[in-house]
Amino acid sequence: MNNRNNRFLAAPYLIWSAGFIIIPLVMVLYYAFTDFNGSFTVSNVTAIISYVNIKALMLSIAFSLAATFMCLIIAYPLCLILTTVIKNSSSFLSLIFILPMWMNSLLRTYAWQNILERKGVINGILAFLNLPLFYIINKPPAILLGMIYDFLPFMVLPVYNSVSRIDKDLLNAARDLGADPFETFLRVIWPLSLPGVISGITMVFVPSLTTFVISDILGGGKILLIGNVIEQLFTQDSDWNAGAGLSAILMVFIVISMFITAKYDREDIK
Amino acid sequence: MKTALGRIYLTLVLIFLYAPIATLMILSFNSSKSRAHWGGFTLDWYLGLFSNEEIMDAFRTTIFLAFLSALIATVLGTAACTGMQFMKRRDRSIIMGITNIPMLNADIVTGVSLMLLFLAARVSMGFTTVLFSHITFNIPYVILSVMPRYRELNRSTYEAALDLGAEPLYAFFTVVLPDLMGAILSGFLMSFTMSLDDFIITHFTQGPGFDTLSTKIYSEVKKGINPEIYALSTIMFLVVLLLLFFVNYKPWVKKPAGKIIVTTKTQVVVTSGKGGS
Repeated sequence: MNNRNNRFLAAPYLIWSAGFIIIPLVMVLYYAFTDFNGSFTVSNVTAIISYVNIKALMLSIAFSLAATFMCLIIAYPLCLILTTVIKNSSSFLSLIFILPMWMNSLLRTYAWQNILERKGVINGILAFLNLPLFYIINKPPAILLGMIYDFLPFMVLPVYNSVSRIDKDLLNAARDLGADPFETFLRVIWPLSLPGVISGITMVFVPSLTTFVISDILGGGKILLIGNVIEQLFTQDSDWNAGAGLSAILMVFIVISMFITAKYDREDIK
Repeated sequence: MKTALGRIYLTLVLIFLYAPIATLMILSFNSSKSRAHWGGFTLDWYLGLFSNEEIMDAFRTTIFLAFLSALIATVLGTAACTGMQFMKRRDRSIIMGITNIPMLNADIVTGVSLMLLFLAARVSMGFTTVLFSHITFNIPYVILSVMPRYRELNRSTYEAALDLGAEPLYAFFTVVLPDLMGAILSGFLMSFTMSLDDFIITHFTQGPGFDTLSTKIYSEVKKGINPEIYALSTIMFLVVLLLLFFVNYKPWVKKPAGKIIVTTKTQVVVTSGKGGS
């Protein structure tokens, strides 16, 4: 395999990625730092400190931190259980997580309205059992639940990947050397699963930070996240410069998480 | 005891994952158009579905778009992987870095950036712009699926074929390609699924009068979704369930690890991390 000319097979993709990945991102930055007439300005980016925008951003950060934390709390025990309880767990895991994806994700998110609403499924069951009803639809907890539901697979898969690769002999060795289960977890399992956890955290944090769909569907349009603000700037107000300015702010968060992922990916290889 | 607790936990997670799906399936048989109450069993939505041109149009567009974008992405991605085998390590890792951008970037930023590109190029938005966008976010799935397989490939078989007088192209198609086929197919299926399920990027790059199922559902969320869409989704879901069941007994779809293909962003990123770049 030493015919160097064969490397030009990658040329179509390179041209494609320059045109549809790199240039578009440069365009976002260009629009972000220019005004309607094309002259330089920072006002689109500094617009983030206006009351509405900073509130939306802070709310988004709070939501995505909470969603990421909850996903980790739910996913980690799940992965530990899967590796110990289920035989052939990797195909079981892929099956239960792929299958839902074939039902449209908007529709699945929308179905939570049904489950959560005043006369919904959960309240139906609670009423039947004579328990107090609860209303979370169109309120923050519904949005949080939607995020956890939509992005849980992004946490489960990388965590599972690193947990399932832990050598069972290490656990036995820890036990033989007198570690109790808690110590084994703290000093063997957790450190070894860290790359997967970090990868899962970034994979959940970014989409929950930037979503506008979940807040639209489960928040009743009353709760504005930063994604909603950007979406409205582009589709309703057609103010592309302002929208690009806020998108540029989001890109900062994304770049940070890319660096974190890249760092841990590399350490994972070693 | 521990196992029992484990199973209870698993069951709870499963209920959480599948409750919305069960809800939608039940609603597809609900004769009341309002989703708030049960009006009795009916098959009307299933019967009405096939004569609802709007929904069937969106369905055909969605499937055609997913197929075409996945196909083009598979060809471009596989060619790119092949080309990268002949590159210096440094060039290869730069390209893999670029490939990671659409995977790690937020969908809204990808969508907005493509929208700005099309606006600046004064292209009128419609099927073509959406197709180009879908190809763009699909190629990484193909590359991240095929690259690790290339790394495991035994190069001496290809060289042996050349030594025995095979043309490079012939050697590629008879010796290399069959080994890659599983990875290529899994990249194609991932792309197909991602395209099928995408809403955000389509939302920013679609034009007026263009709808996929996702954008149609989104526009109906406020006024209430036509139950015929539940019926269609139920059918699609059951078809895939059957296919998966069927495919699981076919040896040729097996990945190297012997598991079925996982179609989410993370899995691919994890695979790429494992292989290194």
